[in-house]
Amino acid sequence: MKLLEFTRVAWRSLRANKLRSLLTALGMIIGVAAVTALVSVGQGAGATITDQIQAMGAHVIFVRPNPREGGVFTLAEAEEIMERVPTIEAATPSLSFRSPVEYRGTSHDTQIEGVTADYARIREITVAIGRFLNADESSRRTRVAVLGPTVASEVFGTVNPLGETISIRGQPFTVVGVTSSRGAAMGQDQDDVVYIPILAGQRLQGTTRIDVIYARARSADDARSAVAHLTAIYQRRFPRPEAVNIMSQDELLATMGEVTQTLSLLLGAIAGISLLVGGIGIMNIMLVSVSERTREIGIRKALGARRRDIRTQFLLEAVLLSLSGGVLGIGLGWLLSVLVSSLAGWRAVLSPAVILIAFGFAVAVGLFFGVYPARQASLLEPVEALRHD
Amino acid sequence: MVFRLEGVSKLYAMGRRVTVAALREVDLTIPRGQFLAIMGPSGSGKSTLMHILGCLDRPSNGTYFLDGEDLTTKGDDSLADFRNCRMGFVFQSFNLLPRLDAIENVEVPLVYRGVQGRERRRRAERALARVGLADRLHHLPSELSGGEQQRVAIARSLVGEPSVIFADEPTGNLDTATGREVVGLFEESWRQGITVVVVTHEETLARHAERVVRLRDGRIVADELIPQRGEDE
Repeated sequence: MKLLEFTRVAWRSLRANKLRSLLTALGMIIGVAAVTALVSVGQGAGATITDQIQAMGAHVIFVRPNPREGGVFTLAEAEEIMERVPTIEAATPSLSFRSPVEYRGTSHDTQIEGVTADYARIREITVAIGRFLNADESSRRTRVAVLGPTVASEVFGTVNPLGETISIRGQPFTVVGVTSSRGAAMGQDQDDVVYIPILAGQRLQGTTRIDVIYARARSADDARSAVAHLTAIYQRRFPRPEAVNIMSQDELLATMGEVTQTLSLLLGAIAGISLLVGGIGIMNIMLVSVSERTREIGIRKALGARRRDIRTQFLLEAVLLSLSGGVLGIGLGWLLSVLVSSLAGWRAVLSPAVILIAFGFAVAVGLFFGVYPARQASLLEPVEALRHD
Repeated sequence: MVFRLEGVSKLYAMGRRVTVAALREVDLTIPRGQFLAIMGPSGSGKSTLMHILGCLDRPSNGTYFLDGEDLTTKGDDSLADFRNCRMGFVFQSFNLLPRLDAIENVEVPLVYRGVQGRERRRRAERALARVGLADRLHHLPSELSGGEQQRVAIARSLVGEPSVIFADEPTGNLDTATGREVVGLFEESWRQGITVVVVTHEETLARHAERVVRLRDGRIVADELIPQRGEDE
């Protein structure tokens, strides 16, 4: 219960020097706010990137030929993957290009993706109205299209697009569905897209090539072995190793996870320096306080305060300073991180761990930098202290 | 409580070579319940003597027995406990804590003793009532006159029910009338069986004591018992 009394005394002496206490706490506020904000911005960025990678579809493998290195794929390669790599359960070729889409005088420039029916399953695309391309349509050159919601609203407005005919490079395409919104990824609107059968796409582009194969494995393990398998196949076929680029979503996820983790730690560490500076400020002011209150210490000692009592008293004062700075700092840091996240379009993440760590750091800084002044105070001889004016 | 000093010296190092002796081989025994005045010109070592008796300072040489216990072997915390539980202090400059009001000042020794809130407050109120300040409980020291401040200090010295009160020039900053009131409070405590040790250079104050010890240059030069006036005075 002495502790309660000491806390009251500490609080009172902090209040007696309001401006000084506030300025000292400000050092901590800035430090803790910086740590909280930077770490949670880092985590928010990481979470956002992870979300986006996950939205690519689970266990997806991207097989991308690089024509400049001699890598050229046609539909045959997509079929070959299904035949030769048993760990892959589905694969779809894709050819994409930009083109205007026209409907009754409205024109909208968008991304055209030539794909097959499996694409929806592999990339985890759901349909809001109508349906996705079916297997029959994608194995032929049928002129049907599935619109992304952005295209649907840009071109049709409030009109129901199902059954309507749009024109792509002069060719009529019947709309059979509109996909659900997927939001933006890497700064790109994923809903600004029109899906058509791959054969129809190749015809529009006048090519037999494809840009990429999206393949899907059953598990992360399967994806790993599929990547190894595919690498072996293409190494034998193409003289240059860069001819085909193979990347799995699981790998990407792991790499990005590491990167953002490191980034968060780095940001936190940089911010930690400002905490250190705040701590030095506390130590400085506590030393001033001890020398100002030498007489008070003498009186208290004469009246029976033990060394420990005096030490606890001053330590509490330092911790109270850093703690109140810490609480305000967490609030400020949270505000900052919300602000930054909303400006950057990230998810704001304020994990309890960050709060706990920032809080713990504040207390630790107070203790660490408070110990020395408190010890100085407790070591004063009562007579010496009483003689002091 | 019986105090016994044997061959106590206190030396201060002034610079590298020079040592100044504030006390030189002082022998002094104070029996239980005595009203003792320590007198002497300034620099005679009377305050140093009181500080050593009050466990605020340690002797450089010699031994100090309190109720037969050798205090020179005790640690700082034991001395703090002695001061807290068995001694009361009154200083010339009052030494109240400026941010605490009267009753909180009086409570301080009880805080260190671990006496809890309500009981602590009750005892502090009683001590303040005893010195006639029942109506000044929540005044800050700056709102009190010198005499009132010294009475708060006396209440603080009495609140722990000590066996001895040490007073260092307690009337030094007070006018004569107020000083007389303060001395009256000491006499009252003494009549209740508390040992009172007063350091002073005022003969008028010393006249109230039973015994006067005079110091000069750190030595006891006179030790006289004052013939007591009648109790019915």
